[in-house]
Amino acid sequence: MHDQYIVEMRNISKFFGGVKALKNVSLTIKRGEVHALMGENGAGKSTLMKILAGAYQKDEGQIFVEGKEAKVSSPKDMIKLGVSVIYQEFMLAPDLSVAENIFIDHLVDSGMFINWKRLKQRAKEQLIKLGFDDIDPEQKVGSLSVAYQQIVEICKCLARDSKVLVFDEPTAVLTFSETQKLFDIIRNLKANGVGIVYISHRLEEIMELSDRITILKDGEYVGTVPTADINKEKLVSMMVGREISQLFPKRNAKIGEEILRVENLSAGKMVKDVSFSIRKGEVVGFSGLVGSGRTETMRAIFGADQRDSGKVIFFGKEVNFKDPKDAIKNGLGFLPEDRKHQGLLLEQSIRMNTTLASMSKVKKFDIINHKKEKEYVKELLASIATKYGSTEDNANSLSGGNQQKVALAKWVAADCKCIILDEPTRGVDVGAKTEIYNIINQLAESGVAVILISSEMTEIIGMSDRVIVMRQGRISGELDKSEMTEDNLIKLSMGV
Amino acid sequence: MIEKTKKFSTKQIPIDYNMTEKAKKISVKQFLIDYNTYLILLLLIIISSLLSDTFLTTMNIRNILLQQAGPILVAIGMLFVILTGGIDLSVGSIMAIGATTSAIFINDLGMSTLPAILVALIIGTVFGIFTGILVAYAGIQGFVASLATMTIARGVAFIITEGRPIKVESGTLDVLVSKDLLFPIILITAVLIVMFTLAQKYTGWGRIVIAIGSNQTAVQLAGIRTKRYIMSTYAVSAALSTLAGIFIAARTSTGSATIGVAQELDAIAACVIGGASLAGGKGFVLKTVAGGLILALIGNIMNLMAVPSYPQDIIKGFIIIAAVLLQILTNKKEKTV
Repeated sequence: MHDQYIVEMRNISKFFGGVKALKNVSLTIKRGEVHALMGENGAGKSTLMKILAGAYQKDEGQIFVEGKEAKVSSPKDMIKLGVSVIYQEFMLAPDLSVAENIFIDHLVDSGMFINWKRLKQRAKEQLIKLGFDDIDPEQKVGSLSVAYQQIVEICKCLARDSKVLVFDEPTAVLTFSETQKLFDIIRNLKANGVGIVYISHRLEEIMELSDRITILKDGEYVGTVPTADINKEKLVSMMVGREISQLFPKRNAKIGEEILRVENLSAGKMVKDVSFSIRKGEVVGFSGLVGSGRTETMRAIFGADQRDSGKVIFFGKEVNFKDPKDAIKNGLGFLPEDRKHQGLLLEQSIRMNTTLASMSKVKKFDIINHKKEKEYVKELLASIATKYGSTEDNANSLSGGNQQKVALAKWVAADCKCIILDEPTRGVDVGAKTEIYNIINQLAESGVAVILISSEMTEIIGMSDRVIVMRQGRISGELDKSEMTEDNLIKLSMGV
Repeated sequence: MIEKTKKFSTKQIPIDYNMTEKAKKISVKQFLIDYNTYLILLLLIIISSLLSDTFLTTMNIRNILLQQAGPILVAIGMLFVILTGGIDLSVGSIMAIGATTSAIFINDLGMSTLPAILVALIIGTVFGIFTGILVAYAGIQGFVASLATMTIARGVAFIITEGRPIKVESGTLDVLVSKDLLFPIILITAVLIVMFTLAQKYTGWGRIVIAIGSNQTAVQLAGIRTKRYIMSTYAVSAALSTLAGIFIAARTSTGSATIGVAQELDAIAACVIGGASLAGGKGFVLKTVAGGLILALIGNIMNLMAVPSYPQDIIKGFIIIAAVLLQILTNKKEKTV
């Protein structure tokens, strides 16, 4: 009856305690289509996908796989039915080889022992199928780049004869060219009749790649539309009820005197002869491909990495911050790109996270005044529109956007005069993005000099007063407001 | 289309300050989860007093407290190391350093009691600083660095005593267990428990130690020099272990190089029973004390009931498993794959 659909999820509901996480959500996946799933963080995308993967059990509704109702109690059942999910965090064993990882759940194909030669050969076949014959099946997965690890993960799913593949924000960690390669793979899979569910926050990608789009909001089904019938503006307004032009709020900052100047900075292999300067109240964007040396430059300035040569002038004085403490004491802050591993203490309270870089404000002789601290944290978080239960809740109880706001609050609290924001909106939904842009604007308006590293070109263009583009560890160009176009950014970052 | 989307434009949700108050209402289940270590201890006390008439006598309780004062201090020291994500295997050997040096100072060098104790404490702490430097600054794993210190300290203890137990005259170290002075060992331990409980909660030091165990990189990037904090936990652990060794010397009037063998295992067990995570970032002083008492009571009640010592070890092992399983089960949330 529903032959055209490989998977049909009908009227799915899911409760967590008393909270309804999903209400009557439906999703159909056709053979050979790319079906984008969109919605803000907390809209229910991950919950729906976890139900599809068998990791969560639905409370109401039905799932049909190839027309037959599927009774699922674990991820293994769903894998058997041909549904595989590629999560943001890959499920790979870093110390095992590529071949072992690809066939991790059926290492032995006949007999009692692993036939290493055949295993290698089978892995090679899979890799060639995807067009990645340069990956050595014997190499350890941990030594591969993130992009290649993703390829291995895809191979693993394909080796199980998956009919439906779910990609959860696959491009968040990829560079521009790697993204294009991934798209080729997805188109190739599509041509072979695999159904693809594609989750992403990047509108450009969705418009480029998908055939149909399903939009969720607050756990409810908003609608499914063919991509050809919709444009970006409509898509955003369906997701958040807001026009795209409102994504980047206006800023009213006075640009003043120079705060930071870097001259001929070199550090390690990734930073070569970098010079730039930034003034009070200014937002300077740093664009470039992943691995172009943006983060490394900033780490060297901040004192997190050693530098080899060059000068850093901060408030007219030459400085050489020997560690982050030194930098922060002088008024330079740094929000790292990797919230989970470098930014937050996920298992600790929101309160503790917020004051981590400014504890001296709430303590005397090393004794922390909890009451004062709580008040301070509440006030601060309210001023940047953070949604949370209690200041004593762990940071990981928050959504991605609110986690990021807590990470930002830490630096707002530290009273920085210059702040480096490394990918401040990565993995954050559209609504929370705007709120983070608001915080950036507030900072600039209060006279802070903001360095904004971002891989999203719309964000760089929408937020920066000036853009500096880096390529292979060097500055390849600087663009002012009138020259900022995606075209120019790509050209400079790719050296065309 | 525009008409239809208007109803979604309600994104600005005001902050509800009352939400924070709601969290104060704790459910029964949450209570059981938060206080399970204490509940187990309470249960054990009730069961023990039912099983044996001698259990609740002043004499027995005093013995337990005198015996456990040292091990509890060792467990507290261990906890702070564990909070950073490390481990300290050298505590038992450092106890021997504490017992032997203090005994030698009094017996062979004729020092008076208090200076002898202070100098012994300094010596013991130096061992901890040594381990701490190896861990924090040389980047050696806590397990390996403290393993080295463990054998070094034990070796030193045997050399300085020439392998013989050193008798201490009465009227010196044994004032620490004097009834007339209200058992200083117990008082000192109680004060230290209170101090470290408060230090963990209310000092920057206590907070940073926990933070390091959660995510050292994030703490470093927040401008905190984490290495000295890591080192400090090994120093604290060693200082408390030295004191524990002195306590034993006081109780037995003997400084012996053989004391404290395998004490690190009991200390780790106390932390774990008290809900500490060996991965770091989670654990509490009072719960660790309760964990130590749970271990002690199990031993005590089996002694009172004349269970021979080898079966005791087996039962103890299973009870540790049971206590930790209970922690895991009560802490379980819906797993995300």
